[in-house]
Amino acid sequence: MTGYLFLTIIAFSLAAFLTGRAAARRFAAEGRSGRPAAHSVPAYHGAFVAIWVGIPALILALLWRAAEGPVIDRLLARALPPEMTAGLSPAALDLLLTEIHHVAEGRILAPASPGVIEAAARLAAWSRIGDVAMFVVVLALMLLGAWFACARLTPRFRARTRVEGALSGLMILCSGLALATTLGIIVSLVHEAVAFFRLVPPGEFLFGLVWEPQIATRPGQIAAEGAFGAVPVFLGTLLISAIAMAFAVPVGLLSAVYLHEYASPRFRRVAKPMLEILAGVPTVVYGFFAILVVAPAIRTTGTMMGLATSPNSALAAGLVIGGMIIPFISSLADDALRAVPRDLRDGSLAMGATPAETMTRVLLPAALPGIAGGILLALSRAIGETMIVVMAAGLIATMTLNPLDSVTTVTVQIVTTLVGDTAFDNPKTLAAFALGLVLFLVTLALNTIGVAIVRRYRETYE
Amino acid sequence: MNAPAPHRGGAAEARRRRRHRADRLLRLLGLGAISLALGLLGVLIATLVIGATPALTQTKLRVTFAISPELIDPADPGIGAYRLILRRGVAALLPEQPTTMAEWREIGGIVTGNTQFAIRDAVMADPSLIGRNLTLTVPVSDAYDQLGKGLTSRDTPPERRKLSDREIARFDALTARGAVSRPFNWELITRSNSRFPETAGLAGAIVGSFYMLLVCFVVSFPAGIAAAVWLEEFAPRNRLTDAVEVNINNLAAVPSIVFGLLGLSVLIGVFGLPRSTPLVGGLVLSLMTLPTIIIVTRAALRAVPRSIREAAHGVGASRHQVVLHHVLPLAMPGILTGTIIGLAHALGETAPLLLIGMNAFITDPPGGILEASTALPTQIFIWAGSAEHGFVSRTCAAILVLLGFLLAMNAVAIYLRQRLERKT
Repeated sequence: MTGYLFLTIIAFSLAAFLTGRAAARRFAAEGRSGRPAAHSVPAYHGAFVAIWVGIPALILALLWRAAEGPVIDRLLARALPPEMTAGLSPAALDLLLTEIHHVAEGRILAPASPGVIEAAARLAAWSRIGDVAMFVVVLALMLLGAWFACARLTPRFRARTRVEGALSGLMILCSGLALATTLGIIVSLVHEAVAFFRLVPPGEFLFGLVWEPQIATRPGQIAAEGAFGAVPVFLGTLLISAIAMAFAVPVGLLSAVYLHEYASPRFRRVAKPMLEILAGVPTVVYGFFAILVVAPAIRTTGTMMGLATSPNSALAAGLVIGGMIIPFISSLADDALRAVPRDLRDGSLAMGATPAETMTRVLLPAALPGIAGGILLALSRAIGETMIVVMAAGLIATMTLNPLDSVTTVTVQIVTTLVGDTAFDNPKTLAAFALGLVLFLVTLALNTIGVAIVRRYRETYE
Repeated sequence: MNAPAPHRGGAAEARRRRRHRADRLLRLLGLGAISLALGLLGVLIATLVIGATPALTQTKLRVTFAISPELIDPADPGIGAYRLILRRGVAALLPEQPTTMAEWREIGGIVTGNTQFAIRDAVMADPSLIGRNLTLTVPVSDAYDQLGKGLTSRDTPPERRKLSDREIARFDALTARGAVSRPFNWELITRSNSRFPETAGLAGAIVGSFYMLLVCFVVSFPAGIAAAVWLEEFAPRNRLTDAVEVNINNLAAVPSIVFGLLGLSVLIGVFGLPRSTPLVGGLVLSLMTLPTIIIVTRAALRAVPRSIREAAHGVGASRHQVVLHHVLPLAMPGILTGTIIGLAHALGETAPLLLIGMNAFITDPPGGILEASTALPTQIFIWAGSAEHGFVSRTCAAILVLLGFLLAMNAVAIYLRQRLERKT
């Protein structure tokens, strides 16, 4: 139904465009017989009419679609016989409405009560009426828009200015979309996090040492009182990120040094795209690689050396994350080295320094700020990485710095507390948003500092 | 001031040798580092290719089922003792007939668990089969598939393998009769997810990913270009546009899981869009892709020479006409290339999809953007977490399919760039 409506709107807009253009062509023909020429070419007149036909109709259709469901649901709830709704909590009422919807769509899982069947019939009738009404109203609005726009078409009418104004408006709206996304992220995270902090004090969340995100599934359940001290989760995130950085920074940096100073052009032409492939592999693939190859290998080695090794050790997850960010670090370090003026390098080599001395005493110190900024950006990636740790790290928050032990991370906890659960009223699901807020703020800070360092450093040489 | 060091003689020679040794060391370290990184890629690809090989074929059994009329409800062919039909059909291929209930159960378990429904569906589609024989080639269940492919060693002590000696002997008897075959596993891309690895395929995930990318493209491509054109060509320089610019760069670096939280609480929670659907997944991915598209579009617009703009202005074009008629078409190759690469990234994105419920168990491809579905990366995640041994090779195969799509998209992007750039 909605699909047909949108097709109709598109068809009408197209027709409006053709009508407007035809009208303007008539002015153009008249214009030759002595009257002043039209301000805009005919296509702009057509576009002007099409905008007046299409845009209001589209907005109305979207608003109607958004409002129709809740309105019908409320009417439906009010029309239910009082004995069916008496004493029902809002959640139970929602459940009943969902059942009615299912019956109305013909997805019957269990025999429904006569009251539900009756309500489903009413729902079907109302949605039909709603659909027809929407169609009629949208059609009327389109005709109204067409009449209004056509009435304004004259040779002197500045159709192009109007169309360009509408276009600018659309572009501004789209630019605002990015801002709206950020605002949406902040508002939704803060909103749910505030709800969480009403249940769990922020001090306990930030400094508590026990993380057991569970809730009572029935009243009076023993040992269901969850604990929401996030320090072990933060510690686990730091441990895994530290392992990742300890692996990726030296390897990435040395790769960049080799590619920049020693590699032949042919080697560089082959190696750089291959590093880019490494960067383009989806993280879920790395996660599978971690559980299939890296974790068992580390466990076998650890056990052979007589160390107690967890099957999902922090070391495995950290190393694989490190592998994932090697290309990132190497490409940022390469950029930083490349930004150092060639004179510095040539001067050093001309003085008789070896390439290694040029690198360690001239190029690297000069590129250091850029490299540091790149490392911060890479750290932010390691902290925000989700799939590898979801698949390869543990679920239980332990306070440990032993890389062979299993730890959990912020992102793992967000995924495990939210998957398959949509109730936004208990501390378990809300905790995910509080963690998300922390994650967002930390990565934002790292990125801002990193980008600022990289940019300032680039400016000093340009 | 120190006296300058002598540059001739034994001390100088030793110093020079030391310095060159340090140089060689750094060179070796660098070569080692890059070999390590590229070796990692090699090990990754090799693991996946080797791991995926068993999933290329599927062990199947050709069975003739006698559809006896007395076992089926004449009024409704959907009701009948299809499990018995199945077990009798398989038992007919065996040299000795089962005697106990447990043996009957074992025999039924040779073929995949969906077989009785496959027989039922065939009979329902064609009721004239009742009283005749129906010959089907059905996948064998995972344990026998592993045995048929030689992945389960017969030397393993019986308590550590899934099949008993008796069951292995039965399977060998079936093989000896020539009823067992191992054709190419087209089902991997023609069927959808299943509880049983032997019948699980990627069709649903591929269709779901396609719909998601479609939504993502339809939303983020026009919106991204419009936003970039505004910011690059029209926007006045003030604090608001500066804020928008900083914000776009920051948005590109926000962890993907945060976008999942946004989708869960705003798209599903506030706007009430249906969970697990390609619509919600595509919208979340488009919010993630939007900054990328804006950034590449702005770079492409900046690369268009000034002279083009000035010439167009000179013949009386308005600012909008300059951009729409001249600058944007010239920037298109760069924009398209960046968009395809952005979409390829979106295709591999998993974490936000987990939060909006695209890791559900769904056995049919979605019919539209409003039906619950999975996506390729979430399907990989689900299979990677499944216990059955057969899912390991299927996960590898699914990853190769995903990587194949990514490689194809990147190849198209490179081809477009080279082809369209030559024209300008």
